[in-house]
Amino acid sequence: MSLLKAENIHKRYGKEEVLRGVSLELERGETMVVIGPSGTGKSTFLRCINQLTPPDKGRVWLDGVEVTHPKCNINRLRAQMGFVFQDFNLFSHLNTLRNVSIGLIKVKGIRKEDARKLAMKELERVGLDDKIDAYPAQLSGGQQQRVSIARALAMEPKLILFDEPTSALDPELIGEVLEVMIKLAKDGMTMLVVTHEMGFARAVADEIVFMEHGVVVEQGNPQQMFSAPEHPRTGEFLNKITELYGETE
Amino acid sequence: MLLRATLINIELLFALLLLGLLLGTVVALLQVYGGRFAGTLAAGYAWVFRSIPALVLLFLFYFGPSEFGVNIPPFIAATLALGIRSSAYQSQIFRGAIQAIPQGQMMAARSMGMSRLQAIITIIIPQALRLSLAGWSNEFSSVVKDTTLAYVVGLNEVLRHARIIMDRHYELAMLAYLAVAVIFFVLTYSGNRSLGWLEGRLRIPGLEMKGGTQNK
Amino acid sequence: MVFDVTWLPQLTQGLLLTLQITTTCIAMGIVLGILLALGRVYGNRLISTPCSIYIQIFRGTPLLVQLLMVYYGLPSWGIYPSAFVSGVLALGLNTGAYQAEYLRGAIQAVKQGQLMAARAIGMSLPQAIRYIVLPQAFRIVIPSWSNELILMVKYSSIVFSVTLLDLMGVGKRIAARNFRYFEVFVVVALFYLVLVFIISQLLRLLEHRARIPGLGEHAEQR
Repeated sequence: MSLLKAENIHKRYGKEEVLRGVSLELERGETMVVIGPSGTGKSTFLRCINQLTPPDKGRVWLDGVEVTHPKCNINRLRAQMGFVFQDFNLFSHLNTLRNVSIGLIKVKGIRKEDARKLAMKELERVGLDDKIDAYPAQLSGGQQQRVSIARALAMEPKLILFDEPTSALDPELIGEVLEVMIKLAKDGMTMLVVTHEMGFARAVADEIVFMEHGVVVEQGNPQQMFSAPEHPRTGEFLNKITELYGETE
Repeated sequence: MLLRATLINIELLFALLLLGLLLGTVVALLQVYGGRFAGTLAAGYAWVFRSIPALVLLFLFYFGPSEFGVNIPPFIAATLALGIRSSAYQSQIFRGAIQAIPQGQMMAARSMGMSRLQAIITIIIPQALRLSLAGWSNEFSSVVKDTTLAYVVGLNEVLRHARIIMDRHYELAMLAYLAVAVIFFVLTYSGNRSLGWLEGRLRIPGLEMKGGTQNK
Repeated sequence: MVFDVTWLPQLTQGLLLTLQITTTCIAMGIVLGILLALGRVYGNRLISTPCSIYIQIFRGTPLLVQLLMVYYGLPSWGIYPSAFVSGVLALGLNTGAYQAEYLRGAIQAVKQGQLMAARAIGMSLPQAIRYIVLPQAFRIVIPSWSNELILMVKYSSIVFSVTLLDLMGVGKRIAARNFRYFEVFVVVALFYLVLVFIISQLLRLLEHRARIPGLGEHAEQR
């Protein structure tokens, strides 16, 4: 049974149908990268998975439990899914340590002391254990994003959703975040990543999905997608992107 | 009858706003361009008259002079007291507007050869007036309600009439006051709407600011 | 012009009542303000509309009228509140409406992403509001609420018209008895000036203590 399954997701904003029947399946330990032109609904799709944006049609299952079911405990399910935002969205009034530990304390009911320890562990993992007292406004973009990854990790989720995690960063800071993400992927975390970073996709993706105009155009493993894509649009897009963003390792 | 009395309130409203506008503008200009001494004086004036309750000012202007043998009619006393108070608030709105205008405007005007005074009159003030509109309409809706305070100096305005009704027909007290409340609600609402319309007409794309004060 | 120093203790008594009334009505206003603001922002139509109506009514009508309605109007309906209760009630209901509006603005100023992130880690809406949105909203609203507090100190003076002996009421009584309006009210004005000054300074201190390092006018936002 796949860890994450999305079936026929539709979402409309006013007159525009942003998602027109997207279906995906993600296996445990798999890293799936979603690429495509901006505005094609990739971010919306991610938010449909954890119901931050409820889809108009379609269903989602996490480890066999239907997320889209009206009677499900959405909070509990969300606690099992990590979400990393493009704008980091760290809690501005809390320092780094509290940002990472608050979910543990309030959502999972873990004792303050134990939560602190767990939070410290994750902050070490992303390389920011020396910044525990800093407030988000005092951190660089790259640091903030790494804290937000630690915040997601601390909840011990079954998978992590990444919504263009590096798009809001200055070029020099992108590397430190990608490094953390690559390490996560290699450590076996299940990840669904929306991004423009082709180098990352090439390096760790188990599967690449190309979305355009609200539908999945093509998907396959990186080799196949980059060297011999079936659909002409896929090839066009990949070429353009690689030109623009270059190759990063 | 209540409605006729409301006219007094409206007259008071415009009188005091006018006084407030004239004085307020002068004070604001002094505060921004007046140099150390005048500027501090202006700031002090504004602070003092914003920090003293309206009622105290009303008493001072109405009952105060009578101690020295001068009798000021209620309407004048109220206009002076509330007008000076409003001028303090308006000066801050206007000052904020002036300071929100980019430095470059003044620089450009001076480099064309305009004197400081010319620049202020032709470039700064027109822009500042537009920027003040939002804060000014706030002041307006606050001050509308403040006119009822003149009741304590015996002005024959609407609240006093409500009191008279109450004295004669005790059971009607609540209704009388409700009526007054409704009158003011309508006044405030229509005042706000008109100012909003005015703001829309005078709007220049790109020229905007937030601001405001509050009275009750 | 003669000012009798023996008047000072009386005035001080009045000042104490002013403080008492102000703090009570502000406390009431804070609680009411929070409830109304939350109702307006997060409540469904059934809750948010009455809240909105309440706020509009109490902000759109004069405070003095509200006070007189409570003190003189209610008795004509059979309810007889005391002067103190009338004063505090009218002031409290009024300031609650204003505080609600300020808090509502502050809540809406907290970035959407904060709430999203809170829900994304599994917090329920009440949890997210309580631990993430409100703490930030309270910090944002401090300047407006400080303003409101000072305003209330000044407007509390209207309670003299319902026979309460606050600073204003005492002033009027002394002035009327001795026909020394000018001196007495100059001193009353001074009392208020000093009071307002002290409270402003205290509030500024509070604002400083509540500040989050890095956030504020000079912060950089990405």
